[in-house]
Amino acid sequence: MSGVRVALFVTCLVDGLFPDVGKATVTLLERLGHEVVVPRGQTCCGQMHVNTGYARQAVPIIRNHVEAFADADVVVTPSGSCAGSIRHQHADVAAEHGGRRLAAAAEEVAGKTYELSEFLVDVLGVTDVGAYFPHRVTYHPTCHSLRILRVGDRPLRLLREVRGIDLVELPSADTCCGFGGTFALKNADTSTAMLADKMTNIVGTGARVVTAGDASCLMHIGGGLSRLRAGVRPVHLAQVLASTAAAPMAVAVR
Amino acid sequence: MTFLGMPSRNLVGEPFPRAARAALGNAQLRRNLAKATGTIRAKRASVVAEVPDWAGLRAAGAAIKDAVLADLDTHLLRLEEALTARGTTVHWARDAEEAARVVTELVTATGTTEVIKVKSMATAEIGLNDALAAAGVRAVETDLAELIVQLGDDRPSHILVPAIHRGRAEIRDLFRREMPGVDPDLPDDPAALAEAARRYLRHKFTTVDVAISGANFAVADSGALVVVESEGNGRMCLTLPRTLISVVGIEKLVPTWQDLEVFLQLLPRSSTGERMNPYTSVWTGPTEGQTSHVVLVDNGRTATLADPRGRAALRCIRCSACLNSCPVYERTGGHAYGSVYPGPIGAVLSPQLTGVRHNKTLPFASSLCGVCYDVCPVAIDIPSMLVHLRGEVARTTAPNAESAAMRALAWAMSDSRRWARALRAGRLGRALGRRRDRIGRLPPPLSAWTDARDLPRPPRQTFRDWWETR
Amino acid sequence: MSTARAEVLRRVRAALAHRPPAPDVPRDYRRSGGPGDLDLFADRLRDYRARVRLTTPDEVTAAVVAALRERGLRQVVAAPGVPAAWVPDDIRSDDHHTAGGVVTACHVAIAETGTIVLDHDARDQGARALTLLPDYHLVVVRREQVVAGVPDAVAALAGVRTQTWVSGPSATSDIELERVEGVHGPRTLEVVVVR
Ligand code: SF4
Repeated sequence: MSGVRVALFVTCLVDGLFPDVGKATVTLLERLGHEVVVPRGQTCCGQMHVNTGYARQAVPIIRNHVEAFADADVVVTPSGSCAGSIRHQHADVAAEHGGRRLAAAAEEVAGKTYELSEFLVDVLGVTDVGAYFPHRVTYHPTCHSLRILRVGDRPLRLLREVRGIDLVELPSADTCCGFGGTFALKNADTSTAMLADKMTNIVGTGARVVTAGDASCLMHIGGGLSRLRAGVRPVHLAQVLASTAAAPMAVAVR
Repeated sequence: MTFLGMPSRNLVGEPFPRAARAALGNAQLRRNLAKATGTIRAKRASVVAEVPDWAGLRAAGAAIKDAVLADLDTHLLRLEEALTARGTTVHWARDAEEAARVVTELVTATGTTEVIKVKSMATAEIGLNDALAAAGVRAVETDLAELIVQLGDDRPSHILVPAIHRGRAEIRDLFRREMPGVDPDLPDDPAALAEAARRYLRHKFTTVDVAISGANFAVADSGALVVVESEGNGRMCLTLPRTLISVVGIEKLVPTWQDLEVFLQLLPRSSTGERMNPYTSVWTGPTEGQTSHVVLVDNGRTATLADPRGRAALRCIRCSACLNSCPVYERTGGHAYGSVYPGPIGAVLSPQLTGVRHNKTLPFASSLCGVCYDVCPVAIDIPSMLVHLRGEVARTTAPNAESAAMRALAWAMSDSRRWARALRAGRLGRALGRRRDRIGRLPPPLSAWTDARDLPRPPRQTFRDWWETR
Repeated sequence: MSTARAEVLRRVRAALAHRPPAPDVPRDYRRSGGPGDLDLFADRLRDYRARVRLTTPDEVTAAVVAALRERGLRQVVAAPGVPAAWVPDDIRSDDHHTAGGVVTACHVAIAETGTIVLDHDARDQGARALTLLPDYHLVVVRREQVVAGVPDAVAALAGVRTQTWVSGPSATSDIELERVEGVHGPRTLEVVVVR
């Protein structure tokens, strides 16, 4: 498919903390010949509020999101978790606390929202995006991309086509990394215990880069690896796919 | 909510984060749990994968349970009628205390001072053993793991493998110390330990006159009760004593005998990872000269039923697949949940049975990774239910720092100009990570994050600022 | 007691005030598989570490006698309705304590799960205690009793009041998840399948 006008939902976390992930998503989509727009009104999907028990307070956030993307043809976001919330929570929360009109509008936005790997593989029909990333990489499938969106092996199919990549399998890949939003704070000990096992598995692969489709989980995993000075760098899937031979991404361990 | 009275103390413990911290420090527990849950997970996955119509069975199982719940009064009355017609006496109990009292009275009326028990979650929930002890009656657990727990004056840590937290050497020492008549040189291999238990219990089976069981299923239209087990202690208890008292939660019903064609496939494969468990007993009214009683227990189930978003928890057939799959449970074990129902199902069921206000930390004892929903044979959407219960916690908690922060954040996030300003202000955090590109330890409450993980240093420019200048 | 009953029912009705319609149950699963595959049945039994002998109608007695001899048993208890053609009178005993095992028929058996179901009201299967206390249980299964799957067996068992479903010998995995066979029920299950 060519010439799609893609409305990017960059997510609050990428906007504020990981702008490079957003830039990489833009670079990638434009390189594939599509126009990217960034609706100004966007902020956050409201997932943290909903999942912490503040669904009512999330309603204005959801309303804002729905209005920001009402006119979009198709919405793409570099986050399995946010796409999951938009598709599987917004309409329900709206129906319970925000009214029928909002629920219907949320349903409509949900219907045209895709996580990045879904959009590439299912909508654009590409797995080879022309990327070049000459590093040893292991992939962590995030829980919400796996079990809410069911992205399956789409990210891996994309990664396998990357030139120069040395893709190594992550043991117990589909086990949660322990992030879980506010879980990481409310149950910090348990979260850390889960993180420790995830890090052991990552480090054991000998990979220099761990990649995933969610900046949030990568912040958690990366924060742990950085504290350990483990020498493994978290890189979002969009960044791996945006990297080319002409403009390779520099992978220095911070 | 229609729930009255005090929550059963067998459903509430200390706050989960604190209890979990203690459990996480226990290396032996962590090792045992990882091995046990890993083994059962793999077995379950392989026997579920060989069933081509698993999805169909799962959908049918969920629908049958929903149908029972939708007309629970009708089905309960039908069950009562069927049981009574075949000679079983039916009793009802509103809460744990009443259930324990009813059973205790039935037991003491027989004049016995000892009863044998088949493992049953319901009797643990109502605190039956303590109630019996207070009346001078000793309850002997006959399931091997329950016996280990009982002899150790311990609490079960898993629905299915209650002694999952104990190693063989510990069990041998326990048997040598606590089991009357045991070989003082008892070795620690599992076969020898099982043999010791066999001998000890064989004597009990043939001499004790009252047995107490639960039931995995109660068939409303015929009054058939079903106990699914492995060791044969269930068969012994159901068969040999003259009086049998079965404690059954009101959600255990299935409408017809035929419905078991679904559950007798779903349960063993999800539970022990077997195609079929070694023994299943079905009985319809007392046989062979027995007297039989059934005690139907509410204890918070009707309150659970009253919540349309929470009632699906009553579909649970206690297979424990969600426990074995849960990354939180695998690390903390069952005790951390403070309830006889641990793991993901415990985190949604216990707060509903007690009322959320008595159990505020359990709905948060999950990273919402969703594995529990995937493996649940009756398709209980535990993650969504946890989120719903978190809402109940927030709704019934007085305003605090968290709710204030959430409110402020929601205010900022519901308008992009406000949000852009907030993000720009957030860049002040760059000062914290001046030296390297990361932020190390911060004071509370942020220390909950930075105790174990660095934070990224906020970037010079947000994405939206970059986009505007592009 | 009656007040508890009234109260529980009242609570149920209050909880269902906006009574949800009971959903239709989708039965999109294998309802009837017909006759069971004997080889599969035997495989599944062996998986549970039950012993299996395949024989023909004429040779049931020989198979039973051979099984007992291998087990070192001179006498067994048999359910009262077990035909003399299976267990000759000279090896039949009434004494549970001296006989080392028990022989019964069954009501139905399931190939896919290796399960045998006893109907305790049937004379050739006996009361429950009969097959519970001995350490060795030999079951004779006739070809037409073996069905494909669980739904077939459940259908065949409609109306049977007292049942025991047996899938292999008694077992526990309660100690470090190591499987130990034979805790309380018979430690050895032997199945003679008549083709
Ligand atoms: S919630 Fe589902 S998976 Fe968990 S014990 Fe109950 S039936 Fe099994």
